[in-house]
Order: sequence, then structure tokens, then C-alpha cells
Amino acid sequence: MTIIDKTSNVPAPRSAPEGTPLLEVRDLHVEFHTRDGVAKAVNGVSYSVSAGETLAVLGESGSGKSVTAQAIMGILDMPPGKIPHGEILFQGTDLLKLPAEEFRKVRGSKIAMIFQDALSSLNPVHTVGAQLGEMFRVHRGMSKKDATAKAVELMDRVKIPAAKARVGDYPHQFSGGMRQRIMIAMAMALEPDLIIADEPTTALDVTVQAQVMDLLAELQREMNMGLILITHDLGVVADVADKIAVMYGGRIVETAPVHEIYSRPAHPYTRGLLDSIPRLDQKGQELYAIKGLPPNLLNIPSGCAFNPRCPKAQDICRTDVPVLHSVTEQDGTEMPGRGSACHFWKEQLHG
Amino acid sequence: MGRYLIRRLIQAIPVLLGATFLIYLLTFAMPGADPIQLLAGEKKADPLVAAMLREKYHLDDPFLLQYWNYITGVFQGDFGETLSGRKVLDMITEAFPYTMNLAIVAFVIEAIVGVVAGIMAALRRGKFIDQLVLISTLLVISIPVFVTGFVLQLTLGVKLKNEWGIDFFSPSFNEADGFRAYLLPAFVLASTSLAYVARLTRTSLMETMRADYVRTATAKGLPRRRVVVNHGLRNAMIPIVTFLGADLGGLMGGAVITERIFNIHGVGGLLAKSVYLKEGAVVVGGVTLLVLVYLIANLIVDLLYAVLDPRIRYA
Amino acid sequence: MTDTQIAGAPSAGAVVSKGGRKKKKDREASLWSDAIDDLRRNPVFLIGAFLVLCLLVISAVPQWFTDGSPFDSTACVLQDSLKTPSAEHWFGYDIQGCDVYTRTVWAARNSVIVGIVTTTLVTVIGGALGLLAGWTGGIVDSILSRFTEIFFAIPLLLGGMLIMSALPGNAWTVSLVLAILGWPQIFRIMRSSVLQNKNNDYVVAARALGAGTLRITLRHILPNAIAPVIVVGAISLGVYISAEAALSYLGIGVQPPEISWGLMVSDASVRWLQAPHVLLFPAVALSITVLAFIMVGDAVRDALDPKLR
Repeated sequence: MTIIDKTSNVPAPRSAPEGTPLLEVRDLHVEFHTRDGVAKAVNGVSYSVSAGETLAVLGESGSGKSVTAQAIMGILDMPPGKIPHGEILFQGTDLLKLPAEEFRKVRGSKIAMIFQDALSSLNPVHTVGAQLGEMFRVHRGMSKKDATAKAVELMDRVKIPAAKARVGDYPHQFSGGMRQRIMIAMAMALEPDLIIADEPTTALDVTVQAQVMDLLAELQREMNMGLILITHDLGVVADVADKIAVMYGGRIVETAPVHEIYSRPAHPYTRGLLDSIPRLDQKGQELYAIKGLPPNLLNIPSGCAFNPRCPKAQDICRTDVPVLHSVTEQDGTEMPGRGSACHFWKEQLHG
Repeated sequence: MGRYLIRRLIQAIPVLLGATFLIYLLTFAMPGADPIQLLAGEKKADPLVAAMLREKYHLDDPFLLQYWNYITGVFQGDFGETLSGRKVLDMITEAFPYTMNLAIVAFVIEAIVGVVAGIMAALRRGKFIDQLVLISTLLVISIPVFVTGFVLQLTLGVKLKNEWGIDFFSPSFNEADGFRAYLLPAFVLASTSLAYVARLTRTSLMETMRADYVRTATAKGLPRRRVVVNHGLRNAMIPIVTFLGADLGGLMGGAVITERIFNIHGVGGLLAKSVYLKEGAVVVGGVTLLVLVYLIANLIVDLLYAVLDPRIRYA
Repeated sequence: MTDTQIAGAPSAGAVVSKGGRKKKKDREASLWSDAIDDLRRNPVFLIGAFLVLCLLVISAVPQWFTDGSPFDSTACVLQDSLKTPSAEHWFGYDIQGCDVYTRTVWAARNSVIVGIVTTTLVTVIGGALGLLAGWTGGIVDSILSRFTEIFFAIPLLLGGMLIMSALPGNAWTVSLVLAILGWPQIFRIMRSSVLQNKNNDYVVAARALGAGTLRITLRHILPNAIAPVIVVGAISLGVYISAEAALSYLGIGVQPPEISWGLMVSDASVRWLQAPHVLLFPAVALSITVLAFIMVGDAVRDALDPKLR
């Protein structure tokens, strides 16, 4: 994405509708019952996305970002997964309370998902045409022939060369970037209102990453969809996202409009993430790394989950779980959309 | 696709030659396997007659040459003669249809019952039906075929008629009953493999249901049935087909016991008898035929494999 | 590893290993100790192991369990032929008027010998050749692999009949024959296991650091390949016992005056419809024995393969 595009995106929500957001997750909890105990993967996550808006969910492995997404899609394995508490409001209805058959009709047609590894996420024994066409056949009741024609159209749309000739090819016959385009085409097929992209570029070459991200952003803009972009890569986020939610240990630790977070993080964990990005202007210096390891989900530390790794941890951090505080400027003026789950957010932000 | 098949075909040739050679070696080069003396029985063989027979059957040729003559004969449809002058091919073609019918009926039972039981168990993992399939297959695998055979013969073949008045299965094979005559023996023959197929299907389907592409299929909003059949089962079938194909040969070879219990005059019985009687030519001929069936079944599996898995087809 | 994996495969390993990257050796130790932990709580394993233990004791000292001996020709009286079970003679009498219980107890020994000897031979032959084929690759591998295909093409029972017809029929020769026909199975498992591990990073690293071939094979590859071999070994132990019985049933396995469950079934089958008990007792003993080994093998497999949990 070019610089010009970027500046045009900055004034955040592009077409925020009046009233309810497209998707609103409220106090979501997810746990997995394993042989060794209960793994608490998500512990009270709330976020929202509006039409045309891009929310980036950031966090390392095990932070609960993908599990949250799977809960929204309704593709958690249950059991062992369980949602003891929470609401997922999509266009005003709670998906968790929908009958299974109603929820199924939402999947794919209103909410779609793009997975990380397109090679394993596409069925190796069906042609890409059949897998794309399946969306139209199942949700729209189209004939095989019409569905294939639609598949070709979709492949054209995601800029796969010679779409007509390649519609009968199998996933393994495509390159990594092309496969990810097919995944995107599949998600876009029925023009859903919301797309969840789970690390859509992580498995790709750096050179291809940008192309795929651009394509995704372009299609999102055209169709005015909400987009949840799950990633651990702060670099990807800067170009496309409107707002960011940083997750750690199954909770949101910081929320902010995208550019503010780079200049003024309000949580020590976010600070750590930013410091660990290699920067050209600091060539030769030792790269910063957050000390320690992500929390064990079977036994999350008491108080703030980040406390064992936090350079600024105090006694209170080991006993009290910090809530997501609304963050204000030093003089008390509000900072809209910003929040931090740190007892010492003031020191972090203003110190 | 064509190249793949030709490669598999070429690979089958050394196996066929090797297996027949091994059988030939075991039959004719084992100690105590002088066919002339065996024919003569207790008496000392007349040296003149013996020499004549040796000449006629090329018994004095080097072993490798004997084998070569034999195998080239086989490819021209000549399986040789027994020392008493009967054509081996005639004996085999007489017995072959029984074994083939038995194996095919067993194969169908094995494939249908095994796969269905496996699917039900996999989709209700940990539930009653799953436990039932796991335990019953464990029992079936543990009970030797001849025990299963006798027990079913007594219960279904005898008791059902004598005590319940249902005359459906017969305790011994009766050709006049046609297809029905094969049901009980075929079920016995299929029992062990059936249990393996059920377990393999269960594991294979459970594994594919965890695959990323099945998750994708669910995320696409496909109905559960379509997810299971088109995405789970379709991929899970690949190892099952391999097992089934390899087992067709095994069923024919394993028919020895079933044929004996139910008194069916098939290839198994013929071979068992010929081993006792040291009728080398029949043994080699019969086993060669079974090896051929095994190899053809494997070729069909390879073909199916390529149909089922495009990654192989285009490799 | 992304956190999607928690959802996809919430095995204990995936979650716990988030705690940190342990050293290779620890991981292996934990695989085995996890497995042992698992087995101790698995009723299938406990029942199977108990039965196997009983069987081993019976076959080692059958005289503890019965006063009679099957080799005492005066013990059998034709008058008793096919008598049904009674308080003194739990299993009744066979056609010759011999006590079925005594014979069933004593016959355990041959089954155990065949099971253990065959499995040992198969594991040693198949394991060694599989290791060789997998590690050297190239022409050795091709030749050995083609060779195993030949063995796979020969039906087990018929091949066994052929070889046995030239050998004296006792537990040792039966074991040998079954081993000759059975080794390719272990060969395949060992070979593919070696191939899988050969290109693992730590093996490549060991090679880069100058470790010798033998050392790498013994220290790094063998321990990884051993688990699947043990599993298949345990399960096929039962299968070989079953195969011995089948050969004996067909009259070309263990020969009289030796005794074997297969042989007893074969003898009893003549009058089976009139006197089913004579056949059923050895048949049940045989089935329980095979079941016990398969239960143990199954449980060990499940314990060593967390994927199947």
C-alpha cells in the first residue's frame, strides 16, 4: 500500500453506521478442558467492529486472539472447548444463542474467515473451482455449471492469471501466494459483512505478503466490509488497520486507534512489542526482547498475567487483575478509543 | 497418470517373479521333496521308470532352468501336470470360482460393514457406539478365524434351524443354495479384516476431521453432512482403500481355513491337500495364481489411489 | 505454532509445551513417562497385563495348576471319551478320554514360546534390515524393499504350510517359519521411521558436528524409531500366537505328541457338533491369550501416540 493510500485512511472509521456496530464481542470467555486441567484461553474479551472498519488483534501465540476468532465463527471444537460466559452480537443478534442451523447459514455468507496456511486449509482432493463453487451451491442453490462460472469470476477478481484454465486445478498446483488469493476469493464469494483474517500473510514470502495484504484491503474497501485482522506482526498492522487491540494471556491489555499506539503505548507489554521491532535507525544496537515466556494457560499468573515478565511490576500487579482503564491525557482530556489494562498506565503513557 | 501406472506395472514384475521363484524353491528344493520317490510311495521306485519320469519332467535340469521353463509355461497358460497326469490348470480352474465367490462376498461384507461401523464410531467419539465398536472389534480380532467359524456354524448353521426353526444358513456349504450358501462362510472369512477396517476407518476419519480443510469447510457454512462426507470421508478413504485392496489377496489366501470348516472345495482346500500330498506342481500353480490376484488387486488400488488423491496423479 | 493449535488439538502436550522449549532429551523422557503414567490408569492395559502375567506363570509352571500331565499315556481312558464337564474335571474329556483341563493348561507353553520367539526374531531381523535400508538408502534400500514386497505377496498361511511341510512340527520351527514370513512388517515400520528421523534438524546437526554414522544411528535415530516397533511388536505377538494355532489346526504346525491349542481344536472339530465343550475350552483359552496381548499392545500404542487420544 502506498503512502497516499495510508494518509487517506487515517481519519479512522470510514463509514461508521449509526447505533450498533456490525460485530460486538462482550466479555467472552473460552476454556478448554484437557487431561491436565482447564486451559483458560480467553478471559473476558470485548471488542467491536463496524462496517468498513479494520480491527487488528495483536498478540503472541497463546494470547487467545485466534480462539476468539474461532468462537465468533462458531468453529471451536466443543468439547473440549467451552464458552462459559459472554456474548457475540452480530448485527444485533447473539450468535451464541442462535440455533445451530441458523448459525451455519451465517457462516460463509455473512461472516467469512481466511486462514493462515492456505495449503492445509484447502482440501487437497477437490479442485479449487469445486471448493469455490461450493459456496454458491450450498448457500445459493446454484447448479454446478453456474457455480463454476462464478468461481472463475471470483478467481479473476482476486487477480489469478488464466482463471478459466486453472479453475479445474488442485490446490497443490498453485504457488503459496496464489493459494492465499484463492482463500481470499472463497471468503469474499458471498460478499459477507465481516471477514476474519487469521494471520493471512504469515506463511507467505515477504515479497508476496504485501501483494496479498493490498488485495485484501482493496476488496474490503470496495465491499465496505468489517475486517478483523489477527496478526503478531506490528508491521502489517500499520498500513491497513483503523484500530488495534493488543491481547495477552486471554485478555485485551490495550486498545487504541492505530497510529497512536506506535507513538505512545499505554501498556508495558505493547511497549515491549514495539521495542522488539528491528529498526533501521538503530542499526548495530542489540535488539530488545521481552524477557520470559508467554503464560501457561493452565495456570495463569495471579493479578496481571504479564507481571512475571513486566519490568515495572509492583506488588499490586501480583494480586489485582487490572481492568481496562479509559486512558486520558495528562490534563484529563479524553482519548477516544484508548484503553489500557495496566495499574500504572499513567506512568507508562506520560512518564 | 499413464506414466504412474506403467511404473507401478513394471514394479510388479520382479515381485511376481520373486514370489513364484521363492515358492518354486520352497516346493522343489526342500529336503525330502523327491517327487519320484513320493509317487512311488513305500516301495523303492523302479530305476528305469524313475529315469524316464525324470527325463519327461526335466527333473535333472539345473534348478534355475527348471524354474525358467515353468514360468514361461505359466505365461502361456501352461501350469504343467501332476505326476499322475492331471492338468494343474484344470484342477485350479475347477476350484477357483468357489474361492473367488467366497472372497468377493467376504470383501463386500468387510467393506460395507467395516466402513459403516468405523464412521459411526468416529462421529460419536467416546460415546456408546464408539465403545461398542472398539470392544467388539477387539474381540473379533482376538478370536481366531477357526473358532469364529465353528461357533457361527453351530449357532447360525445348526441351532437356528433346530431350535428356532429358521432354515436359512446351512452348517456346511451347499452349492445348490447359490448366493445364500456363501453368506455364512464369507462372514467368517471377513470377520478379522472387518474389524481392522472398522478400526482403520475410525482412526482415519477422526484424523481427517481434525484437518485444517475440514475446519475451513465448517467455516464456509456447509451443512454437517456435507462436511463429513465431502471433506472428511472423501479424504479418509485413501488409507482405507489401500487396506481393502491389499486384503483382497489376503482373503483368498486365508480362505484355507474357512473352506475347511464349511467343506468348500476351493483353491485353499486344493492347496492344503496338495501340500500334504507333495503335489508340487499344484502348489506352485495355485500360489502363483494367488500372488497374481494379489498383484492385480494392488494395481487396482494404485489406480484408485490416483483417482482419490490428485497429488499422486500429477506427481 | 499459533494459538489456533489449542483449538485444533487440545492435547496436553500442546498446551503444556507452551511453557517452554525443553531440550530434546527431556521431551523423549516425558514421552515415556507420560506413557507409563497413562498406562497405569488405563483399565484396558491393566486387565491385559494381568492376563499376560497369568499366562506367563501358567506356561512356566503348569504343574502348579494341574496334577495331571498330558504326556502320561495311562491317564487317558477311552471310556471317558467326550464326557462333559464335572466337578472333578472342569473341562470334561476329549475324544481320547484325556482330561481337557490338563491339556489346555499345558498347551499354554507352546503358544507363549511361539509368540515370544517369533516376535523377538521378527523384531531383530526386520529392525536391523529396516535400519540398514533406511539409513544407507540407495541400492541397498531398493533391493531390500523389493524383497519385502515379495514376502508381502505370499499368503501367510500358505507360505507357512509350504515351509512347515519340510520341517519337524514343534514350537521352535513354527516360530522360525512365522518369523521368516513376518519380518517385512517390522522392516517397513523401522525403515520409514528412520527415513522420517534422518532429516530431522537434530540429526543433521549431529552430522554437521562430525558425529559418526553408527553413533548417530544408535544415539539419535534408534530411540525415536523404537516406539512404533514396540507397539506393532506387542500387537503382533497375539497375532503370531493365533497364526500358530491356525497352522496347527491345519495339521502342519505343532505335531503330536506335542500339544497346542490349535491342535486340540483340530482334534475336537471332528465331533464338534456332538461335543462342543472339547473344542470350546482350548478355543476360549486361545482367544483370551490373543486378546490379552492385543489389549496390552493397543494400550501401549494409545499411550505412545498422543495424537489418537
